[in-house]
Amino acid sequence: MKKEITVTINGETRTATVEPRMLLAHFIREQLRLTGTHIGCDTSNCGACTILVNGKSIKSCTMLAIQADGKEIITVEGLATVDGLHPIQEGFHLNHGLHCGYCTPGMMLRAVELLAGNPNPSEEEIRWGISGNLCRCTGYNNIVKAIQYAGAKMRGEELPSTEPQFV
Amino acid sequence: MGHSMKRKEDARFIQGKGHYVDDIHLPGMLHMDIVRSPYAYAKIKSINTEEALKVPGVLAVVTGRDLEKYNLHWMPTIMSDTQMVLPTDTVMYQAQEVAAVIATDRYAARDGKEAVIVEYEPMKPIIDPYKALSPDAPVLRTDKPGKTDNHIWHWEAGNKEATDKVFAGADVVVKEQMYIPRIHVASIETCGCVADYDKVNNHLTMYMTTQAPHAIRTVIALVAGHVGLTEEKIRVVSPDIGGGFGGKVPVYPGYVVAIAVSFLVGKPVKWVEDRSENLQADSFARDYHITAEMAGTREGKILATRFKVLADHGYTDASANPSKFPTGLFSIGTGSYNYGTAFMEADAVYTNKPPGGVAYRCSFRVTEAVHAVERITDRFALEIGKDPAQLRMENFIKKEEFPWKSPTGWEYDSGDYHAGLRKAMDVVGYEALRREQAEKRQRGELMGIGISTFTEIVGAGPSKDFDILGIKMFDSAEIRVHPTGKAIARFGTKSQGQGHETTYAQIVAEELGIPAEHVQVEEGDTDTAPYGLGTYASRSTPTAGAAAAVAARKLRDKARKIAAHLLEVSEEDLEWEPGKFTVKGAPEKAKTIQEIVFAAYTNHPQGMEAGFEATHYYDPPNLTFPSGAYICVVDIDKETGEPKIRRFVAIDDCGNIINPMIVQGQVHGGLTQGLAPAMYEQLIYDEDGNILNGTFMDYLVPTAVESPSWETGHTVTPSPHHPIGAKGVGESPTVGAPPAIANAIVDALSHLGVTHIDIPITPIKIWKILKQKGVIQ
Ligand code: FES
Ligand code: FES
Repeated sequence: MKKEITVTINGETRTATVEPRMLLAHFIREQLRLTGTHIGCDTSNCGACTILVNGKSIKSCTMLAIQADGKEIITVEGLATVDGLHPIQEGFHLNHGLHCGYCTPGMMLRAVELLAGNPNPSEEEIRWGISGNLCRCTGYNNIVKAIQYAGAKMRGEELPSTEPQFV
Repeated sequence: MGHSMKRKEDARFIQGKGHYVDDIHLPGMLHMDIVRSPYAYAKIKSINTEEALKVPGVLAVVTGRDLEKYNLHWMPTIMSDTQMVLPTDTVMYQAQEVAAVIATDRYAARDGKEAVIVEYEPMKPIIDPYKALSPDAPVLRTDKPGKTDNHIWHWEAGNKEATDKVFAGADVVVKEQMYIPRIHVASIETCGCVADYDKVNNHLTMYMTTQAPHAIRTVIALVAGHVGLTEEKIRVVSPDIGGGFGGKVPVYPGYVVAIAVSFLVGKPVKWVEDRSENLQADSFARDYHITAEMAGTREGKILATRFKVLADHGYTDASANPSKFPTGLFSIGTGSYNYGTAFMEADAVYTNKPPGGVAYRCSFRVTEAVHAVERITDRFALEIGKDPAQLRMENFIKKEEFPWKSPTGWEYDSGDYHAGLRKAMDVVGYEALRREQAEKRQRGELMGIGISTFTEIVGAGPSKDFDILGIKMFDSAEIRVHPTGKAIARFGTKSQGQGHETTYAQIVAEELGIPAEHVQVEEGDTDTAPYGLGTYASRSTPTAGAAAAVAARKLRDKARKIAAHLLEVSEEDLEWEPGKFTVKGAPEKAKTIQEIVFAAYTNHPQGMEAGFEATHYYDPPNLTFPSGAYICVVDIDKETGEPKIRRFVAIDDCGNIINPMIVQGQVHGGLTQGLAPAMYEQLIYDEDGNILNGTFMDYLVPTAVESPSWETGHTVTPSPHHPIGAKGVGESPTVGAPPAIANAIVDALSHLGVTHIDIPITPIKIWKILKQKGVIQ
C-alpha cells in the first residue's frame, strides 16, 4: 500500500508516493535521485548516509521515508549556497579531509550539527562527535582539522593554517 | 614537485557529485540480489524457486544449473585456480553465492531472495588449516581430478642449508609462533556493478568497482569470447571508487552473474552487495600462521632468520598476487638488517572459509613479512637484554651499502635507515621515555615503547618477473596537449581515493611546464585510457607516475625541435627551464611551452608530424623500496587491561615527494589501517565455519575515537632508478604500524615474562595475561 509523502529537501518541496517500508536513504537516492547521500552498511554503523532532518543529523538508513513526511531535510547537495561553499566543505577541501569521498557527505553533515550545538569543540569532543561515522581512508587527523577550520570560520575567527604539519 | 596543491578531485566529492557505481541509474535497469549459503560445507539437494517467482517484480532466479548451460558456472582466479560462479551441487563456505534473483527493483529482489527455498545436506567442514593437512582429512576440492589432499602449493626462498647451519651454531636463537589474523578491507563503499549489454550492437558496458579495469576487460573477453563478446565489444568503466585497498581487485561471482543475465535479457542489471555480504563473502586479507626464528650473537649481531608459514586460503586460491609469486612479496621479510642468510617456506591449504588473500592496503603479503621480522627482532633484543633501538641501529644496512642484495634475492634500491630511526627517536624523545618507563615499572605502572623499522617493496613490477594472468605489470600514460596549451592525461591505473587527478597533473606540470590546474587527468574507462594493470600494491606512482614523466619528456624533445624551428637556432643551442626553451647566452630569445604547442598545430616544421601528444608504457627496471621508522608509546590500564596509544610517531621515506599533503594523508589513513588489525579487527569463525562477526556491528573498524592523533614526518632518499625518484607510499604505514603497536604492548608487559601476543591485541587478551601473572588478583 503506497503512501504519499511531502518533504522539503534542500529548500525544495517534493511530493512522492512510496512503499511504507522504503528507507529514507533509498528514497533520497533512488526516488529523488540525490546520490550524494551514500550507503555503506546494513546495520546503521557507518554513517555514510547521514543527513539533517529538521536540523538534527540522522542516519537516513535508520529512518523510513514515510517518517520524514512533512520534515525538512538537508543533504550534501544542499550545503553550498549561491555565495559559495559551506565552511565545512571548504574545511574538508583545504585540509585534505577526504580521500575517496565516500564517507564525506555524511561526515560533513554530522559536523554541521556538531558545530551548531558546540561552536568551539575540543579535539576530543570532535572525535567523539563523529564517532558514529566511519572513514576507512583518512585516519581522521585531517577530518578533525577540517571541522576545526569550519568552526573557526563560522565563529568569524582567524583561520588556522591549512598547510600540512610535519614533525 | 614538493607542493601541497589542494586536490582537484575534491570539488565533486564535497558537493555530492561524486559518481560511484550505485549512483548509476539506467533506463529499464533490473536489480539483482544473491541467495547465500548458511552452511560452510553442504550438498545442495534442491533449489525451489517457485515461491520466489510469484513475488511481484521478480523476473527470474538464476542458479548454477542455469549457468552450466553456457559453461559459465566456473571461473578462473587470479592465481589460476578455479572458483564456482554459482554452485551446481556443493557449497564450500558460509555466505557463498547460491542463486541470483533478478527483479524490477531492489526491494522486490530482496523479497524474492527471501522466498527462494534451498535444501541443504550439511557436511562437517574443515576450518583449522592445520587439520586440513592431517592425512585423514577429507579432500575438499573433489572437483579437481586426482586431488588427494588439501595442500595447494609449497614455496621457498633463500638458502635452507646455509640457514640451518647458522642456526645450529648460533649463541642465541629466538622463536615465536605468530598468527596474522584474517581481516577484511571493509572499504566504506562495498562492491557492485551495472552490467549493460546492448543486444542490437552486441556491446557490453560494464560499470564496476574495480581497481584494474583493463585487466577485467581482457578477462571478460577470454571468458566470454565463445559467446561473441570479443574484447573490442567490451567497455569496462570504473567510476569513482569509494576505497579499494585490494578488495576491488578480484572478480566476484556477482559481477559474472550480472553480465550473464544482462547478456541474456538485453537489459542493464545492477548488483550492489550489502556490507554484511561484503564482509562475509568477499576476499579476506592475511590469515598467515608464521613460525619466526632469529639467530644471532650474544653481543647483538643478527646472523640469520628462518620463517615457516601456513597460509589458509579458504575454498580456493584467489589471492591477488603476481603469477610467479604465490606468497606475494613475503620474501622481503629479511627486513632492514644486514645479514646474509635466511630461509623462508610456506605451504597453502584449502579450508571451508571464503577465498581471498588480497592486500588490505599492503603490497602483496608484505605486512605479514614485516610483522614477523619486526616482532622477532624485538624478541631477540629482549633475549639478549639490548635496547631494541640500539639493536636496530647496530644491524641496519648502511646508507652506503645500497644497492643491497638481500638474502632472498631482492636488490634494495636505496635507503637511510639510521637517519629515519634517529629522527623518530628525537621526535618522540626516546631516551626520556625509557627513563619514564623505568620509573613507572618501579611503581607498578604499565607503559611500553614499540619500534618498527621496516622496508617495503612496491611498484610491481619489472616485466621480466611480474605478470598477472600473463599480462606484464607495466603501466601507462598518454598525454595530449591541446592547441591552447592545456592538456588531458590518461592512465592505466585507477584512483580509489589516492588523489591521482592531482598528483599526476603535478608530475606532468613539473616535466612540461604546463600548470597543474590545466592538466586534466582521466582514468578508469577502457575505451579511452591506455592499457595498464591498475592501482594496488602502491604501484601507481612507481609505474604510471613514471610513465607520465617519460611521456612528458618525449613531448619535451618534440618541443625542443619546434622551438629550434621557431627561433631559427639549432636544438643544441636551446636550454630548458620549466615552461620554456631559451637560447643559450640570449635568454630574451625564448619560446614558452604554450607557444610551442600552438605551433605544433599551426606552424610545425615541414616533415614533422603535427599535433602534440605522447604515450609511454613504463616497464620499471626494479621495484622500489620505501622504508619507515615508527615509534609507538602505550599505557596500559592495569585494572582493565585496556591499552591506550599515547603517541605514535611515523617517519616515512618514500623517496621524492610530489605532493606532501597527499602523502601525509596517505600515511594517516594507512596508519589507521595498521592500528585496526593490531588492536581491533579479526574475522572470527567457529568450528562449524560460521562467521561470528560478519557485520559492522561487531567487526570493529576504528572510529575517530580509537585512532590517535598521528605524528608524521619524513626523510627523503630518492629512488635512483625511478624517473622522478619517487617510491610510493600508500601502504607503508599499514605495513609498518602493527608491529610498532604490538612491540609497544609486549614491551609494557615484558618484565612479567611476556614475549609475544598475537594481534589483534584486545583488552581481554591483556587482562587475561595480567590475571595469569598475578597483577590482577
Ligand atoms: S548506511 Fe551505514 S549507517 Fe546508514
Ligand atoms: S574518504 Fe574514503 S571513507 Fe572516508
